[in-house]
Amino acid sequence: MSNAGPQLEERPKIQERRKTEERPGIGSRILQSRPFWPLAGLGLLLGYCFFFDPGFFDIAIRDGNLHGPILSIVRFAVMVMFIAIGMTLVISTGGVDLSVGSVMAVVGALVATLAVKYQLSGPALLGAAAGAALVIGLFNGSLIAYAGVQPIIATLIMMVLGRGVALAITGGIPLSVQDPLVLFMGKGHFLGLPVQIVLVLAFFALASLACRKTAAGLFIESVGDNETASRLSGINARGIKLLVYVFSAICAAVAALVYIGDVGRVEPDQLGLLLELDAITAVVVGGTVLTGGRFTLLGSLIGALLIQTLTTVLIRAGMPSDVAPVPKALVIITVCLMQSPKLRGQFAGLFGGFRRTTT
Amino acid sequence: MKTLFTRKNLPILVTGAILVLLFGTFSAMFDNFLSMRVVANLFTSYAHIGVIAVGMTFVILSGGIDLSVGSVLGFTTILIASLITEHGMHPVPAITLALLAGAMFGTVMGFLIQQYQLPPFLVTLAGMFLARGLAFVVSNQSMGINHGMYEAVVDFAVPLGGRASLRAVAAIFIGVFLLGIVLAHFTRFGRNVYAIGGNAASALLMGLPVAVTRVGVYTLSGFCAALGGVVFTFQTQSGNATNGLGMELDAIAAVVIGGTLLSGGVGYQVGTLMGVLIYGTILTAISFDGSLDSSWQRIMIGALLLLFIGIQRFLTRGTTLQTSH
Repeated sequence: MSNAGPQLEERPKIQERRKTEERPGIGSRILQSRPFWPLAGLGLLLGYCFFFDPGFFDIAIRDGNLHGPILSIVRFAVMVMFIAIGMTLVISTGGVDLSVGSVMAVVGALVATLAVKYQLSGPALLGAAAGAALVIGLFNGSLIAYAGVQPIIATLIMMVLGRGVALAITGGIPLSVQDPLVLFMGKGHFLGLPVQIVLVLAFFALASLACRKTAAGLFIESVGDNETASRLSGINARGIKLLVYVFSAICAAVAALVYIGDVGRVEPDQLGLLLELDAITAVVVGGTVLTGGRFTLLGSLIGALLIQTLTTVLIRAGMPSDVAPVPKALVIITVCLMQSPKLRGQFAGLFGGFRRTTT
Repeated sequence: MKTLFTRKNLPILVTGAILVLLFGTFSAMFDNFLSMRVVANLFTSYAHIGVIAVGMTFVILSGGIDLSVGSVLGFTTILIASLITEHGMHPVPAITLALLAGAMFGTVMGFLIQQYQLPPFLVTLAGMFLARGLAFVVSNQSMGINHGMYEAVVDFAVPLGGRASLRAVAAIFIGVFLLGIVLAHFTRFGRNVYAIGGNAASALLMGLPVAVTRVGVYTLSGFCAALGGVVFTFQTQSGNATNGLGMELDAIAAVVIGGTLLSGGVGYQVGTLMGVLIYGTILTAISFDGSLDSSWQRIMIGALLLLFIGIQRFLTRGTTLQTSH
């Protein structure tokens, strides 16, 4: 009796699944797509602003360039977006990169020192930034992929080491950067849009194309899903891992350049501090699962926007800016719980009776 | 002697050797470094990290991680300062309240991790944001603590000969450390923690109380973080919401340098004590030498971490080879 029960229940379920596979309704497809929930959250927030905060959507044109609260949200979110693009790929291989904040500090310290002390300019500075990112990324990647060190620890080491190196490069003193190319990356406008936004969109487009139009994305997901199985099926799992950490470091380097260009100075003990946590939050909120496997770059960008918008809306509503971590924490916990199979099971249990009567 | 030099004990032996080596090097480099006063100061100045690291050791032994401890420390300091200075509360109930709050905070995180199978990394990351934000809700300004009891605790000192003395905070650190040893090695709870860290599925199948133990580990860590905050208020006689920024990483570094495996199940509280002392020795040496700046502290800690990870990889590779043959 007890054995027959589950078997009998199994059959209709399979049929049910087939039925939905035959006719995938547009509604369920939208609900199941990963960026849906963060996008819905963002929509809700913007809807709230539309009714209760009339100044929110104002866009002014000053000197032929666009300005306004929305654009400043995007500008603040840009740094997190750059890092989140790299972090998404790292997380979907089942890892995490805590060193991105320190990569920013090293790149900032290096660029500032080269510009101020050695009078290097434009392209040479970008080359130095790329070189530093490459070295750190290879260091992280080879520790993780070839020495088998846990990602949290390998990148934690780099986080501590990198910050120290950044302080040692500058001697701990803040430096100002006046290189025109770097300033253009941070402050400039291109076709009326801030260059940093154009850059982050270009980065996103490149990463998406590389992941979705080649097999790279599939390989990354398979390594995150089951590393042993993907290695046995001929995927160079170690190479993939090395690649994502290098890419993450490069993303952090670009974020650093954009930020330095925007504020015009480098404080090696502050630059990028705790930004890795913001980026991880954005990625998780965007719908990428922290245990690896499936990822969405678009979701991460929306996640970064969502958190920045939430913070801005609450600050405009009178919340002190110091308290901003609280809503962030609540968002992380909510998203985690929504992804938890156990909680979903509990909810399904609540509505289970209802579903059984309808089928 | 044979039992002391086993493969399992190698990381902790290396830790001990490095502590002696570092201390010896700095003693040769600086006058007055090799003194009872410097040793006593190590225990006094780094008591807060030590207390946190004892709790962190349990979390890491169980195979988890707790990123919230630095923020909980900050929250505790500002809560105690606000209760005493703004609300005129006596320090004893204020401290009790803060310790309870820390333990409760840990319990909630442990419950989420255990009940909903959420990654400890993410839950404690959220806990870190939450505690930091709540600290700023209490007050966003530094607040001094002026109370007779605080002055009595700060003035408390047992002379140890020379110019050295045992301060109250050092006594708290040593007490917590001894309790940690007892809890880890001589109680059922401690054995359960090791079992979960070794293999949670086996522990469950053996009928060990995995759920209670795991929640207990995070409760303990939250409590230790709050106690670290209490110690910090004794050290600074003030509270500030920004206290303890990044301290979770210092604590994790101390535990790892102490030879505890991050995969869980292997490690000793004694190792953690030595990890904290190594950390303190490096900082003290930097303060002895005016020309070394704080950047070298991080580079040295990073290099030490790298060394210990190397040793750990070497050892775990050995064990997997042993089991496969």
